[in-house]
Order: sequence, then structure tokens, then C-alpha cells
Amino acid sequence: MTAKSKKRFTTVIVYLLLIAGSILCLMPLFWMLRSSLMTNVEIFMVPIRWLPEVFQWENYRDVFETLPFLKYYANSLTLVVFVVSGAVLTSSLCAYGLSRINWAGKKIVFTCIMGSMMLPVAVTIIPTFLMFRRIGLTNSLIPLIIPAWLGGGAFYIFLLRQFFLSIPKDLDEAARIDGATHLQIYSKIILPLTKPALVVVGMFAFMNTWNDFLGPLIYLNSDDKYTVALGLQLFVGSYRAEWQLMMAAACLVVIPAILVFMIGQKYLIEGITMTGVKG
Amino acid sequence: MPSKALSKKRQRKENVWGFLFCLPCILGFIFFAFLPMCISLYYSFTDYNIISKCNFVGLANYQNLFGGTDPYFYKSLLVTALYVALSVPSSLIVAFLLAMLLNTNVKGKGIFRTIFYLPSIVPVVGMSAVWLWVFNSDFGLVNMLLKSVGLPAVQWLSSETMVIPTLVITNLWTIGSTMVIFLAGLQDVPRQLLEAVEIDGGGGFKKLFHVIIPMMTPTIFYNLVMGIINGFQVFTQAYVITQGGPNNASLFYVYYLYREAFEFMRMGSACSIAWVLFLIIMLLTGIMFKLQKKWVYYGGE
Repeated sequence: MTAKSKKRFTTVIVYLLLIAGSILCLMPLFWMLRSSLMTNVEIFMVPIRWLPEVFQWENYRDVFETLPFLKYYANSLTLVVFVVSGAVLTSSLCAYGLSRINWAGKKIVFTCIMGSMMLPVAVTIIPTFLMFRRIGLTNSLIPLIIPAWLGGGAFYIFLLRQFFLSIPKDLDEAARIDGATHLQIYSKIILPLTKPALVVVGMFAFMNTWNDFLGPLIYLNSDDKYTVALGLQLFVGSYRAEWQLMMAAACLVVIPAILVFMIGQKYLIEGITMTGVKG
Repeated sequence: MPSKALSKKRQRKENVWGFLFCLPCILGFIFFAFLPMCISLYYSFTDYNIISKCNFVGLANYQNLFGGTDPYFYKSLLVTALYVALSVPSSLIVAFLLAMLLNTNVKGKGIFRTIFYLPSIVPVVGMSAVWLWVFNSDFGLVNMLLKSVGLPAVQWLSSETMVIPTLVITNLWTIGSTMVIFLAGLQDVPRQLLEAVEIDGGGGFKKLFHVIIPMMTPTIFYNLVMGIINGFQVFTQAYVITQGGPNNASLFYVYYLYREAFEFMRMGSACSIAWVLFLIIMLLTGIMFKLQKKWVYYGGE
């Protein structure tokens, strides 16, 4: 084999592997979607049927009729709005305090926050639950929202701090000389310059909230308070034989997450890249 | 000296501003990390169960765990350790290989990267419903495919020996973020080193083992540590897909803890279970950081 044809051979192999990988990645999602539009019999037909003969849209109607999925959507949406806004606002404030202000407690606060990233949720979840229970806030979305308004999570603060540090200091020093306060520098200089990073944090917050299972499972105990993830679990638990409905319900949970990912995926992947390597 | 007094005054002002900006996260740290940690440690020495009075019991909870009175402790530890031992290396290797493939001069790199990342944003509960069926032993997709090519069906989720490997396979589906981090690391491997190998007549394997892997050790280390930390905390899969079964063969540690705390309301004992997990994670991380000097290469530092 000549060097050129050998190179071409490798390229073909690389493409084949990448395409095979892509198929493996997309197949379960396609399978879920396809089954959500079939009758329960059609799903299991041999030989395998790739597409439904007649699209069974009523599967989705049935899901909404069996369980109050609209209510779940409303709950999840409320949760997402409050969590994302809180997380973006407070984590960016803290990141500013940890990157642009030289103050006495900076080091110790940063160390504590980084340390808390190591702390498993398992350790804190029981006392936190008992705390909210004592003040009578369980079975509401509040315990799931409050942490977002108090820094939002060490990971977000760390990510934003990395972004903020990459902005040249001269910018705010010039503004300082002109008499700008920290609040002005934060809102007029830093935030506009780091919009992509804020989008990343917002998206992470969205994904984590939408996908969160343990939190809602522990705090919410009446059906009308459930989030979509929890509602789906109820479905999986009680309608194990009706796979077409289960798949339709799963689609209802998965599709919004995929849509948001599609909109912001470019920023998101850059964000992971940044924290992963510099971390 | 007036200028010194002035700068002192300014510094004080900076301290106030810095504190105010960080106040939300300081409160967050106190109320959602530090205090719960202390309370959890305290409860782990009590028999607190919400209903009756809380008594100090010393090390009894820990003795129950390690002494074998609680039959599930060693079982769940073993199950979780097995899962971590299988899932961390497999996901690191597959993610690394995918990143290597993407790091060549392929067209549509961005599209492939998006496709490979996509599964890791899909809600676990949603996918669990799909896995339940894909790996169903009677009419699941995988067994249907196996049968159609004449291979025997496998009891994926319903056999004690296969349930963990099956969950390891489903975990491979979500390696996107690990892969993205590897890919970023690969793009930082110095070109001149790779060219140097080429000039010396070395092929792909030489490049891989003498340049790429050594240069990638910090990224591998990072993904290894995160993989182990996350692997020990798997919960949703156990809850939705297997409920710990069959016969506790997938009784993951955090699921076991969840049952103890929120189904049996044994908060004291659950806190001791949580602390054992915390100590295990700290110990493993500590060991890994100690050992990293032997194999992780930090260039130019």
C-alpha cells in the first residue's frame, strides 16, 4: 500500500467508527420517539418495524389524561425559572467578589467553596431535609429554589470566576479611576463581556434542575407538586405494561432538554472544555 | 502619613464590598454545606428517627455497619465498588478513543461532537424507561436482535450477575462530557512533539504511547477523580431501573442510604452511612493525589 492510499484507508475507518458511534448515541432516542407513536403491539413486532404504520398521536393525549402532566410541566417550569435566575445572579456576584475585588476574606471563601465541591450530596441531604422540614417548607418547591439563590453551586461560581479572571484588569481599573462602584463595574462591564459564560451557567442550571430526581423525590410528596422527572417515575412505576405510553411520557421529559441543548450547545461545550482543562 | 491612612480606608471599603458580593455564597456555604455536614456528623452518633426522642449512641451506628448487623452495608459497598471498578475504566477508555477519533482532520467535527455529547443531557429518568425495555430479557430490543442472528438471549437486568455490567453499558452512553474534556486536552498536545516522533520515523502507536498519553495524564487524572467521585454516588438508575434488585444485586450505596433515611426514617444510621461514603471518597481522592506524582506529567511547572 502506498502512503497515500494508506492514509485514505485510515480516514475511511475513522469515519466509519464515528458514524457507528453516532448511531449508537442516537438509536435509543430514535427508538423512544418511534415507539411513542406506535401501538403496544406494533412496538414488539417481529421483524422489527422501524416506523409506525399509523402515527399514534393519541398516545400523548392518553399520557396527559392518565397523569396531570400539564401540572408537572408548570411545576418544572416554575422551578426552572427561579433556579436559573437565582443561580446566574448569585453565582456571578460571588464570582465577581472572588475575582475582581481584593478583599481580606477572598482566599478563605474561595477555599471553602472549592472544598464544598468535594462534599457528597449524600452527607448534606439528610440534615438539609430535616432543616426544611422543621420550618415546614417540605412538599413545596422552595427547598429546591433557595440553594440556587445562595450561590447556586460551587461549580457555577468556579466556572464564572475562571471567565472573569480572563478579562483584563485595566478595564475595571480605568472605570474605578472614573469613580465607578463595584456594582457598576459588575453590571456594566463584566456581565456584558461574559454573556456566553452566563449562558453556560444558565444552561447547566436548567439541565440540572430539569433532570434532578433525588431532590424532588425527597421534598415533594403530593402529586400536584411533582416535577416532570418525578411524574415520569410515577408512570414507569405504575404502567409497566403499556410501553407506548411510557415512551411517550419519556419523550415529554426528554424533548425539552434536547431542545434547550440544541439552542445553546455551542456555548455549553465551550464551557465544559474550559472548566475541565483549567480545573 | 495621610496616603497610608487613605489606602487603609480604601482597603476597608474593598473588604466590605467583597464581603457583600460574596454574601450569598457565604450563606449558601454555611447553610447548605458546613452546617449540614456538622449536623450529619452529630446525627451519625445518635439513633435519631424523627418520631421518638433522639439519643446519643456513640459509635453504635458504625459498629452496626462494620460489624455486619446491617446485612446491606457490605453488600451495597461491594455492588458500588464493582460498578465503579467497571464503569470508570470503561468510560474513560471509550471517551478517550472517541476523542482521538474526533481529533483527526474529520469534516463535521462539530456535528459529531454534539451527537456524542447529546446523551449526557438526556434526563436519566427518561432514559431509564428506555433501558428498562431495551434490556428486557423477554422482549427487549437487544435480545430481539440477538435472537434474530441466532445468539442466545441474555438475562440483562434480571440476573444477579448481569445487572451491574448492564448498568455499566448504559453508563457508556453518557460519556459525552468526559469525551469533550479529553478532546480539549488533545488539542493542547504540542504539535512539535508529534512532529518530532514523525521525523524519528515513529508511527501512530509511538505517538500515542510516547507523546499523547503522557501529555494527557493531567486530563486523564481529572476525569479519573471525577469518575470515581460520581460513580460512588449513582442513585437514579438504581431507583428507577432496578429498585436495587434482583435480590439486592444492584443495591447502590446511595440508594441504600436513601432507603435507610427516607423509607425507614432511620436518620441517625443513614448519616453514619453517608459519613462512611464521605470518608471513602476522601480516602480514595487522597490516595489518587498522592499517587499522581508517579504518573501525572505537568509540563513546565
